[in-house]
Amino acid sequence: MTCVPDLKCSASCRYKDLMRSCSGLVLAFAVLVALGVASRAHAAQDHAYTSENIQAGAGIYAARCAGCHGPNGDTVAGVDFRRGVFKRAVTDDDLVKSITAGTAGAGMPSFNFPPAEMTKLISYLRAGFDAAGPPVRFGDKARGQALVEGKGRCLTCHRVNGRGLRTAPDLSDIGALRSPSTIQRSLLDPTAGMMPINRPVRLVLKNGQTLRGRRLNEDTFTIQLIDEEERLVSLSKTEIREIELGKSSPMPPATKTLSEDEIADVVAYLASLRGL
Amino acid sequence: MVRPTEGEAPRPIVGRTARLWVTAVLLGAVVTLSAQVPYDRILRASAEPQNWLTYNGTYDSQRYSGLKQITPSTLSRLELKWVVQNQVFGAWQSNPLVVDGMMYVTQRPNDVMAIDAKTGRLFWLYRHIPSPDAKVCCGANNRGVGMLGDILYLGTLDARLIAIDARSGKALWNVEVGDVKSGYSITLAPLIVKDKVIVGVGGGEFGIRGYVVAYDAKTGKEAWRFYTVPGPGEPGHDTWAGDSWKTGGASVWVTGSYDPALNLTYWGIGNPGPDWNPAQRMGDNLYSDSVIALDADTGTLRWHFQFTPNDGYDYDATQVPILADLDFKGTPTKAMLLANRNGFFYVLDRVTGRFLLGEPFVKVNWASGLDEKGRPIPTPQPPGSPTWPGNQGGTNWYPPAFSPRTGLFYFSAWEDYATIYRRETATYEPGKPFYGGGFTVLAPNPAAPTPSIGRKGPINTWTSEVGRGTVMAIDPSTGRSKWKFEQFDVTDGGMLVTASDVLLTGGREGYFFALDARTGALLWKINLGGQIVMAPITFQVDGKQYVSVIAGHTLMTFGLRD
Repeated sequence: MTCVPDLKCSASCRYKDLMRSCSGLVLAFAVLVALGVASRAHAAQDHAYTSENIQAGAGIYAARCAGCHGPNGDTVAGVDFRRGVFKRAVTDDDLVKSITAGTAGAGMPSFNFPPAEMTKLISYLRAGFDAAGPPVRFGDKARGQALVEGKGRCLTCHRVNGRGLRTAPDLSDIGALRSPSTIQRSLLDPTAGMMPINRPVRLVLKNGQTLRGRRLNEDTFTIQLIDEEERLVSLSKTEIREIELGKSSPMPPATKTLSEDEIADVVAYLASLRGL
Repeated sequence: MVRPTEGEAPRPIVGRTARLWVTAVLLGAVVTLSAQVPYDRILRASAEPQNWLTYNGTYDSQRYSGLKQITPSTLSRLELKWVVQNQVFGAWQSNPLVVDGMMYVTQRPNDVMAIDAKTGRLFWLYRHIPSPDAKVCCGANNRGVGMLGDILYLGTLDARLIAIDARSGKALWNVEVGDVKSGYSITLAPLIVKDKVIVGVGGGEFGIRGYVVAYDAKTGKEAWRFYTVPGPGEPGHDTWAGDSWKTGGASVWVTGSYDPALNLTYWGIGNPGPDWNPAQRMGDNLYSDSVIALDADTGTLRWHFQFTPNDGYDYDATQVPILADLDFKGTPTKAMLLANRNGFFYVLDRVTGRFLLGEPFVKVNWASGLDEKGRPIPTPQPPGSPTWPGNQGGTNWYPPAFSPRTGLFYFSAWEDYATIYRRETATYEPGKPFYGGGFTVLAPNPAAPTPSIGRKGPINTWTSEVGRGTVMAIDPSTGRSKWKFEQFDVTDGGMLVTASDVLLTGGREGYFFALDARTGALLWKINLGGQIVMAPITFQVDGKQYVSVIAGHTLMTFGLRD
């Protein structure tokens, strides 16, 4: 059982069903796949962003881009390279165009990098600023979609383009919000990849009512969540007796249901989801 | 008309039909004739709490106001009176001045606005377009103007100092303070002392060599200059290995304080350059990360105290030094209080610079403590390990406050916030970034959002797991916190405390709130929907107390409901 130990799983999010479908093979398979992924991390040359390019891109970034975009890629409003957040660019080609043309109105000059240099820089930007990180494996997008909707059972909790549940984050534009490396990490180790804001939350109100859901926002005085029934709830903390945050993700690692190649397919599909 | 000292000029009662015209004319007359701010008025600013005449309200920088209409019991009647919407995007860190019903405030990049403090309507807007060569590390910030006589003084992002006629909003003179092409800039509000306008230069991320510089307020002629990185032959020069002094940074980007009796100005000095690679500039790197006491007439260094020698963490000492006369452990003491970015709170003797007390106010692991002279005992963390406090510091530039009534020092702190530093060799090129590495904020997930300079959006996706904000009240006699008011997000809220023991502040979440200055209890709050990255100010017009605060892109002024 992979649900948060101190939280009951959402009735609408059937992890038990999911786990039954692959029980018995889970542990051995997960270990094998994890080893396989680790061993490929250094050897992968045939993927979109190689370790060599990512590393080389880090140097180009530091020399040419960090002055305005900052050492962490987040000092220009609306842009956060580490998280794959760009103002307009969606595809790698868009990024190349943006960098080549510059943005005169925003004070960004145009850069004429030779193609090889540009590839390195894009690799670094796309790898989420993690120069030492594993390369990202891209498989087949169409197969990935079939896996997300079928065997992977992702839509039993997630939603994509109007299909599936909302108890886990809607993935319709996840490719625009997260770098491919971050998506891959979330699939392989959902707890390590879970964004803190998305933590499952259990609230006990002063009137005795208990609410469970996924946190959407929080500040000193209030908290907002989507509950198990997919209702948007906002509460003043003065109404709440107890707030309990789950530290582990309710999502099982993809390695429990999918092969390494299938995970690469899912990465390709999710990275292609850019919203409308 | 005589300059008011006790309150404002009485406003005549006029007939309804003629009210607009007559009011306008009379108000104009009041403003025109009483807008003079001779040095003497700034010197005695605490005697006219209806005005806010200098960056921190008074030369001692206490941000303590004698106004008493807004009290714990009247806070419930606080209502919005007017707003000015900023048409320029970006964090708005400016501190308004208020002089006899006129408010002078800057907005990005280098606009100055003269506003009717009662209605929020503008008289004029002065616009300086900085040179396209202007470079700043952390946003096109400007923290306000200084005023002397009938003239406003503006430091600009392209490192110029401009004198502006306070009535017409037109420039009187405009001088170069630093070389914009080499990364020099000005973001602080000028400090006016006697007949001089004193500013410092930013650019600590561009390999500048910092200085504090004074100009004749009438002519713009340079009166004195003090380099915050000593040159060859000067004391302290040997604290920089080789030629590293030439690009040593030590910028000056927060307004200093002034003690008229000692005739000393006090300035918190910024980080050494390159920021994160101390091996590239071996030595203590004076006067980076120090507070310096400069003679107001000559700029001569009287004393210095360095908080973080050979800093590799970007621990600028650009916090406002608060001057307070205390009974410190039984001895009447002319003290300086400073909560430092490096995580320690300090009490210094402001006559001599002697260290009196230093205590950590957040988790600190870059030093195991301070020795008897206040020098840190360094405990650098292994590569890849987190350092507390993180790069934005235990606190930062946002102004603290001190109440002589409670004896407490108030400021915003960042708790449970750490970063992992990366050290690289930086190559100096004029006007280019000179970082020497970088950092990542310690987070539960390497791809998780983390707080940086300014709020990233209306949803707190980074959460308190990577840092929390706290309003802290420290008792200077012990260095320990008397109370804390914890927030979910980190905060850049500055402080305002009043004679009614009301502490007003805000934070990145957009709440503007009032705390009981004695207990920290929440008295009142309102959601203004945009980050508060400065301190509120208070003033009085026509006998009524107002509070102004900037949240997001909006300057809001509150007053009591009639």
